[in-house]
Amino acid sequence: MSLNRLNLNKITTLSIWIILIAVIIAAPTILPVFRLNLLGRYLSLAIVALGVDLIWGFTGLLSLGQGIFFALGGYCAAMYLQITSSSEFPNNIPEFFALYGVNNLPFFWEPFKSPLFTLIAIWLVPALIAGMLGFLVFRNRIKGVYFSILTQAALLVFFNLFNGQQKLINGTNGLKTDVTQLFGQMVGSESIQRLFFWITAILVIAAWFFSKWVVKGRFGNILIGIRDDEPRVRFTGYNPVIFKTIIFSIAGGLAGISGALYTVQSGIVSPQFMTVPFSIEMVIWVAVGGRGTLLGAILGAVFINYAKSLVSEALPASWMFIQGGLFILVVTALPEGVLGWMKGDGPRNLLQRFGFKRKIETYPSLEVNNKEEN
Amino acid sequence: MELLLDILFNGVAIGSVLLVAALGLAIVFGLMGVINLAHGELMMVGAYTTYVTQLVFKLPLLKPYYNSYLIISIFLAFIVSGVVGIILEKTIIRKLYGSPLETLLATWGVSLILQQFVRSVPLAYGAGLIISLVLALFIPTLFPLKIKDSINVKYYNLSAWIISAFSGVLTASWISSSISRLSRPDSRNVDVTAPAWMRGQIEILGTNFPKTRLIIILITLISVIAITLFLNQSAWGLRIRAVTQNRQMSDCLGISTEKVDILTFGIGSGLAGVAGVAVSLLGSVGPNVGGNYIVGCFMVVVLGGVGNLLGTIIASFGIGIMTDLIGAGRLLTIWPQMPLPLATTIDFFATTSMARVMIFTLIVIFLQFKPTGLFPQKGRMVEN
Repeated sequence: MSLNRLNLNKITTLSIWIILIAVIIAAPTILPVFRLNLLGRYLSLAIVALGVDLIWGFTGLLSLGQGIFFALGGYCAAMYLQITSSSEFPNNIPEFFALYGVNNLPFFWEPFKSPLFTLIAIWLVPALIAGMLGFLVFRNRIKGVYFSILTQAALLVFFNLFNGQQKLINGTNGLKTDVTQLFGQMVGSESIQRLFFWITAILVIAAWFFSKWVVKGRFGNILIGIRDDEPRVRFTGYNPVIFKTIIFSIAGGLAGISGALYTVQSGIVSPQFMTVPFSIEMVIWVAVGGRGTLLGAILGAVFINYAKSLVSEALPASWMFIQGGLFILVVTALPEGVLGWMKGDGPRNLLQRFGFKRKIETYPSLEVNNKEEN
Repeated sequence: MELLLDILFNGVAIGSVLLVAALGLAIVFGLMGVINLAHGELMMVGAYTTYVTQLVFKLPLLKPYYNSYLIISIFLAFIVSGVVGIILEKTIIRKLYGSPLETLLATWGVSLILQQFVRSVPLAYGAGLIISLVLALFIPTLFPLKIKDSINVKYYNLSAWIISAFSGVLTASWISSSISRLSRPDSRNVDVTAPAWMRGQIEILGTNFPKTRLIIILITLISVIAITLFLNQSAWGLRIRAVTQNRQMSDCLGISTEKVDILTFGIGSGLAGVAGVAVSLLGSVGPNVGGNYIVGCFMVVVLGGVGNLLGTIIASFGIGIMTDLIGAGRLLTIWPQMPLPLATTIDFFATTSMARVMIFTLIVIFLQFKPTGLFPQKGRMVEN
């Protein structure tokens, strides 16, 4: 029986992967550019969902502030694009600065003239800020819901901060990227957007491999230990603060990459990326897909967002109801998420409900079962 | 002196809104450990209740009593939000005790649904629905024991439901036919106007204070006193405190923890409704009105120390006074000759949103030194 189930798991996962990769390869030829662009955006959101899964699904830290790091990555990418394509504007700085009477590039944007620095900053800046925030919070053993509330407060702080700074980052208007130039072409043009789709697809898979590598082995075991019984981990001689800080900054870095990819594909980054609902939505993607299953995070992000765009086009008012219902449903009825349900006893229980009785396991086989699962 | 009084009054005014909003949260979060992200939306329900009451009192039948509508709407808001909260507890939150993160997500879903509900459902139907729910919850409690114990109780319950549904439909159609503004969905913000005797200013010690602010302070004061008396003097308050301290032991001693949970959640939600009345006096009422307060409320509860009303009171007034000090740039008026770099910094933070940034940053810094708030719960457990 257990052998069967193991096979079933592997087959499920493998087939999902095959379908996912087939969709990614087929999409550029089948889908019109508009839909392809949407799919690219949602794939980039899958990366931030992977980060949420790492900290929530594996470590048990429910962060409601991932939008901070998402937006930071977006701002880094957008500013690089704005700066490199600002040669025709006065003072060789992005256009919006002139509106607020700023003549020199603010000093912290100077390094963003270099593409290499930008590529590093996109993940390093959010990761560093996440690490700092995380260390301050974890050091005091603030955890559980207090951690969630504090991250939400931090999100509001960053939102208000970014919203008010016209002279540095164009405030509430945000930074546009689709009219900027990259490789001599408009970023909003079709060929560049196709390129970004491929980059996103490859990075999603790379991010999955990276996350898988992180949660494997002893590091991953400690993360799961922290999730299940943190004092015990501490009393065994590990310092949970370090592990939590590391995983939180990894998630922040992933969020930054995701934000940058999302920005270049949607054409704008603005403080709207740091609103409270958006950051909580990231959690629900993971919850629906299945927390603790990395693949579930990817699927959840892509499917829910695609459903959102389809439903919002047809019935604009109903999406909030559906989303709210989804939150309630997934928490009360499907705590493992869809993928967790499929991997667990879900399908068998469902079959049983329709009258397909399974064979009741006898005592020795139960014992074998337990051994193999350990 | 005048400046000091001004700061104190403004701070207390800001703080009392925070306090009345956070009071319900402090009870639900502090006593039950439930993170209710729909608290802001329960406030919104209270604010809309005020709005509907106001319009109903403008009808010819009730016009003579228009001046007292606000006082009645306080009670109505308490009942309406309380009933919404009780239904929330009975259907969803009950299943999630002991897993706060899951409650957080579920109540966020509830808040989304409530927000969209007031956007896309006419308020008249909403009022009808609420009335039928109130009746459906209330009528069965009136049954004499003989009926409650009889085998036919389900028929009585059914008839109670039918009566309440019927009266709900009746109310909805009455309101929507007599007040056309409530008969269609409206996602725009609406305004609650205070009755004439509440408008204007009042002079205390040579300074003018707006009356609505004083009314809000009064509402807060009464709520705080009432809830303190209830928790400390009544039998049910004793039971609530007992369940808070040790749920299993209280259960063993015969306290119905189920009833205590419903009661606590209902009171917490009802207080959110009262806060909604206060908030509706300050500005226009819209679907997002609650979202502006929820994070601030949580900060008050965390800062004050969970499960501690005194801490909540001190924290909210502290935050209120700090907000006024920073947001209005008062330090510059107090000390005009301060060095320029300091002055520019203070000027930088002298807006409402930047004051918020500063306050939250200060709270996070404060929590570095006292991670469990001003008045932590004492205990020797590793986990609390």
